[in-house]
Amino acid sequence: MSGREERVLQIIETARSKRPRFRDQQVTLAHGAGGKASQTLIEGLFVPAFDESHAGALSALGDAGAITVDGARLALSTDSFVVKPLRFPGGSIGELAVNGTVNDLAVSGARPVALSVSLILEEGLDADVLRAEVEAIAAAARAAGVEIIAGDTKVVERGAADQMYVCTTGIGAIDPRAAVAPDAIAVGDQVLVSGPIGEHGTAIMLARGEFELDAAIESDTRPLWPAVDALLDAAGEELHCMRDATRGGVASVLNELARSSAVSIAVHEADVPVSPIVAAAAELLGIDPMYVANEGRLVAFVSPQAAEDALRALKAVPGCERAAVIGDVRREPPGMVVVETSFGGRRVMDQLVGDPLPRIC
Amino acid sequence: MKFVDEFRNAQLGQVLAGEILAELEPGRQYKVMEVCGGHTHSIYKYGIDDLLPANVELVHGPGCPVCVIPMGRVDDGIAVARHEGVIFTCFGDMLRVPGSEYTLLDAKAQGADVRMVYSPLDALRIARENPDREVVFFAIGFETTAPSTALTLKRARAEGICNFSCVCNHVTIVPPLRALLESPDLRLDGFIGPGHVCTVVGARPFEFIPADYGRPVVISGFEPLDVLQSILMILRQLSQGRCEVENQYTRVVPYEGNLRALEVMAEVFELRPHFEWRGLGFISQSALKLSEAYREFDAEERFSVPGVRVADPKACQCGEVLKGVIKPWECKVFGTACTPEHAIGTCMVSPEGACAAYYNYGRLTRAQEAV
Repeated sequence: MSGREERVLQIIETARSKRPRFRDQQVTLAHGAGGKASQTLIEGLFVPAFDESHAGALSALGDAGAITVDGARLALSTDSFVVKPLRFPGGSIGELAVNGTVNDLAVSGARPVALSVSLILEEGLDADVLRAEVEAIAAAARAAGVEIIAGDTKVVERGAADQMYVCTTGIGAIDPRAAVAPDAIAVGDQVLVSGPIGEHGTAIMLARGEFELDAAIESDTRPLWPAVDALLDAAGEELHCMRDATRGGVASVLNELARSSAVSIAVHEADVPVSPIVAAAAELLGIDPMYVANEGRLVAFVSPQAAEDALRALKAVPGCERAAVIGDVRREPPGMVVVETSFGGRRVMDQLVGDPLPRIC
Repeated sequence: MKFVDEFRNAQLGQVLAGEILAELEPGRQYKVMEVCGGHTHSIYKYGIDDLLPANVELVHGPGCPVCVIPMGRVDDGIAVARHEGVIFTCFGDMLRVPGSEYTLLDAKAQGADVRMVYSPLDALRIARENPDREVVFFAIGFETTAPSTALTLKRARAEGICNFSCVCNHVTIVPPLRALLESPDLRLDGFIGPGHVCTVVGARPFEFIPADYGRPVVISGFEPLDVLQSILMILRQLSQGRCEVENQYTRVVPYEGNLRALEVMAEVFELRPHFEWRGLGFISQSALKLSEAYREFDAEERFSVPGVRVADPKACQCGEVLKGVIKPWECKVFGTACTPEHAIGTCMVSPEGACAAYYNYGRLTRAQEAV
C-alpha cells in the first residue's frame, strides 16, 4: 500500500474516532432511527449537556443506567412508544411499552421491579382503543412480574399527537450474579442471539399496509428477563455483555459495541436465525433483516468456555428455542462488524445513516 | 427460497472461482466494469470480490440511477415538493441524495409532504385518494423503471386523473457507456451487462461495444453465481480472443427485449437533447422527457422550478474513478471535502458507489493485507 493511500486512510480513521458533533439545522426522522444520526444527537448534544465529566452512568450509553442507593444496586431505564398502527399482529403499543422498558433493564443484568406509565392522548381518541391498551399494559406487566406504581396523563389537541403515545420508566434490582458491561467484551467471546430476528419490524411494516404484501408474521414482543435469568445461571461472570436488539436491529447493536469496545465482530451469515417469511419479505423489500427492529430478542457476549452451556440454557427458555451462536469477537479490524457471507465472501456490516430505505434496483 | 437459493450455492461458487483462475494470463491485470448498480449491490452483499483472484478488479459503473441525478434536479424536485398542496412521491433511496443545499428528507422535515412509494402506481393511488391535492411522482431510473412510469401515465389518462404529474428523470444506459468508451484513457477489459435494463431493451443495443470498441459484454443476472459466471465468460472471451455480446441471463432476457414495453415508452417519452449526469457532465440524448402527447402530466410544465444547473465541484473526479483511471483515494477531495455524510460526487452518494465502499471498507482490505 502506498504512502499516500495510507495517509488518506489515516485521515478517515481520525475523522471517525472523533466525538460526533451535532451540527444539523433541524431534527429529521433519521435522528430517531438508531443509526449514525441518532448517535450524533446523543453523543454530540445530550451526553455533553447532561454528563460534563463523561464519568457518570449516562456516558456508558447502556440500555439502562446503574446507580447505588444506600447500598442497593439499582438500574433505571426509560422509553417512549410512538408505534403506528397501535395494534399489529402479535402485539400492541401497550404491550410494547412494558416489554421495551423491562427488557432494557433485563439486558443490563437487572430484574425488573416496578414501572411508571405516562400517557399522551390525542383529543378524540376512541375510549375503547384506550381501554384495550390499558388492559394490554396491565397484562404485560403481570406477565413480566412488575408492578405499575406511578403514572401521568396528558391530553393534547387533535392533530398534535397521533392517537396515543406511551412513556414508561422502569426500575430494576441489579442481579448479584451479573457482571455485564461493554468493557467486559473480550477477544474470543461468542455472540449469541436469542431467536429468529427481524420479526417485529417486518410485522409492523406489513401491518402499515404500504406494501400490499400479506404474510403471517407476528411481532416477537416478549419480556426477556427469563432468558437473562437462564443465561446468568448458566454463565455467571462469563456472560460479558447483553443488548436488546430493538431499533436498528442486531446490526446496530453489534456496531455500537464493536466501536465502544474497540474490537471487531465477525458474523457468520449462515448461522443467523431468520424465519423464511421474514427472509422473503426482506428480499422483496430490499431490506436486510439484520437492521430490522426486534422487541424481545437479545444479543449476548459469552466467553468461549461458557458459550455452549449458555446456548443450551437459552434454548430451554420458551420463545428462545431457535437461539444460536452467530459470530465471535476478534481483534482486527477494530470498530468494525464483518459478515462472512454464506456465499463464501465477506462484507462490512456498517451502521445505518438513518432509517433503512429500500433500494429501487 | 426456491429458484433463488440455487443461484447462491457456495460450493458452485468455489468451482466457478477455480475456473476463473484457470482462464487468467499470468501477470496480466484485468479490469471488468459492472455497469449496473444492482450488480454492485450483489457483489457487495455476497462478498463476491473475495472469491476473485487479486489481479481481477471490478470497477463500479455509472448504472446507479439514484446517484447519477445531479444536484440541480434534486433542487427542482424540492422546489416542486414545497409548492402549497403538493404531495411529492419518490422511491426510498432518492430521499437522501443531496441537492445543492438540502435532501428531500430535509425538505420533509421542513414541512414538505414527501412520501416514499414502491411503484409509480402507488403514487397514482395517492392522487386518486386525494383529489384536492396535486400529487407529483419524481421518476428516476434507467429503461428498467421507465416502462412502469409510462404505464402509470397511460392509466392516469385513461382514468382522467388530472391532479397527477411527473418530474421525469429517466435516463438511458447506452449514451453514458459510449461516453466512457470514447475516453482515451479508459482502462477496462470488459463489461458485465445490465440484466434488468436488458429485459426491456434486449441485448442488441450493446453490440456497438464489441463492434466499435473491441470490448466483450456479458449480460448478467443478479445472483452471485450469475455474476461469477459472467466474469468467467468475459475472461474466456479474452483468453480465446473473441469479442462479442453474450447473454448469461437467458432465463430472463430475450435478445430482442420486451417489444411491448418499448412501444409504451416510445408513446409516452421522447429523448431530451441533453441531460446532466452527476460526475459525468452533460451527455447528449441520454435521458427521457414526456412526449408532446403527455405534456399535460409534466410537472416541470405544471410547476415553476428553478431549473438552475448546479455545477459539480471542480475538484470532484468521479469521471476518472468511473473510467478506472484513478482509485477513489487518489481523488483530491476524497475523505476530506467528500465523505458519505457530506457527499459531493456520484461515487460517494450511494453507499455502494466506489468511493463510499472504499471509505467504509478500505480498512478491511488493509487488515486483510496485513494478515
